[in-house]
Amino acid sequence: MKALTNRAKVAVDKEYTLAERLYLPAVIKGMLITLSHVFRRKATVKYPEVEKEFAPVYRGHHVLKRDEEGRENCTACGLCAVACPAEAITMTAAERKKGEEKLYREEKYAKVYEINMLRCIFCGLCEEACPKEAIFLTDEIVKADYNRKGFVYGKDKLVEKMDNRIDITKRQKKY
Amino acid sequence: MELALLVKILIVVGVFVLTLLVALYSTWAERKVSAVMQDRIGPNRAGPFGLLQPLADGVKMFTKEEIIPNTANKFLFVLGPCLAMLTAGMTSAVIPWGDTFVIDGQEFTLQAADVNIGILYAFGVVSVGVYGIMLGGWASDNKYSLIGAIRASSQMISYELAMGLSIIAIIMMTGSLSIREIVDQQPGFNWNIWYQPLGFVIFFICALAETNRAPFDLPECETELIGGYHTEYSSMKLGFFLFAEYFNMFISSAIIAAVYFGGYNFPFSDQLGLSQNWLTIVGSLVFFAKVILGILVFMWIRWTLPRFRYDQLMKLGWQILIPLAIVNVLLTGLGIIVFK
Repeated sequence: MKALTNRAKVAVDKEYTLAERLYLPAVIKGMLITLSHVFRRKATVKYPEVEKEFAPVYRGHHVLKRDEEGRENCTACGLCAVACPAEAITMTAAERKKGEEKLYREEKYAKVYEINMLRCIFCGLCEEACPKEAIFLTDEIVKADYNRKGFVYGKDKLVEKMDNRIDITKRQKKY
Repeated sequence: MELALLVKILIVVGVFVLTLLVALYSTWAERKVSAVMQDRIGPNRAGPFGLLQPLADGVKMFTKEEIIPNTANKFLFVLGPCLAMLTAGMTSAVIPWGDTFVIDGQEFTLQAADVNIGILYAFGVVSVGVYGIMLGGWASDNKYSLIGAIRASSQMISYELAMGLSIIAIIMMTGSLSIREIVDQQPGFNWNIWYQPLGFVIFFICALAETNRAPFDLPECETELIGGYHTEYSSMKLGFFLFAEYFNMFISSAIIAAVYFGGYNFPFSDQLGLSQNWLTIVGSLVFFAKVILGILVFMWIRWTLPRFRYDQLMKLGWQILIPLAIVNVLLTGLGIIVFK
């Protein structure tokens, strides 16, 4: 059989040589290895002062996007909720009244839109399912909380703030 | 006379505080050493370089809930860590920390007690240290504690033999049991290790086993015995057991430094042209440097070598180290006859 790598070592049941039986040469060899590690670059990232950058494909918590005029993209079609394998998304749809055209882009909108962050597995299928480019996963971490209710994110936490827009271009579908 | 007593008390208190401090910072050093060997940084949050970490650990230990198992023998359960700590502390009395000071024509030796059988005393007290572990482990009424305690006692008894035999060679050479006398016979660079390399290796291995440190940490091996003899211990009683280990490590480093590495002697000490008192101070510093180097080697070994299997431990102790130590004694005797 051909070996997969050249690192494989054939095990032989041979007699130990005197040096091996003395054990001390091996001890010194081992100690030199640990000594060499003392002078190596440390792998630690000093977290609160230094933050490690996320991978570009990192999937954090969601954002409900608004368009350039500040209208919510979501039309409450429910495709995201259907696509969700963890059944974390629930929503209640409502019809857009006269005078609300500045708030919602489509004639139907989500009155209630909740994602349970404890159920969510951050797979990103909701953003793939969305026909309106309304939901995206950001690179923000879901914050810790003291009770379970705090992890059900409503529209207050999900909808993008106009004064704090979130860049999602790297997660937009490329057609 | 008054002054002599005062100085003696000062030395005793000073040695005790110093031993405590070194043991305290050994815990910090251990974590740092392990960290740098594993490409980490180690404690660096409590104070600069994490130097306040031992204090934080102490506060944590003291404020933890104290649990005594209700099937345990309460008296012995408490006595165990006390004995471990007491015996660990007692050994430091006979170690010569430095040469003599001369104040107003009176001589003061930097040693709590210059017992003329110092080595024997140290060995005796260390042997009593087994009782702390044994009693603690037995009184816990827990099978893991008991196994750990039995391992500790059998290991310490086995390795004490080889340790004693390797010291006998030194005693044959110097003709004295006083540690100060042994140190005084190694002036300059004329250290015992050059005459007793084999004895030193045996003594060092046995010292590792006596202090229950890796690769001989079988009494408390986490992977098999949870925590060994201190499984049931919590709070400061656990702290005492752990602290006693660092205490012992410091003391055994000091004994190794004194017996094999010339203690407070250092090369070219007579060419520096210093007065007796200054020479004593420098000598003490040199001694501490040696001791701390010894502690670092102890740690270095701990974070390099995996633990022995129990039968390997016993085989090494009885079948290899003891015969080697006897051969060493014979060789030393031959050497004394031929060269003197």
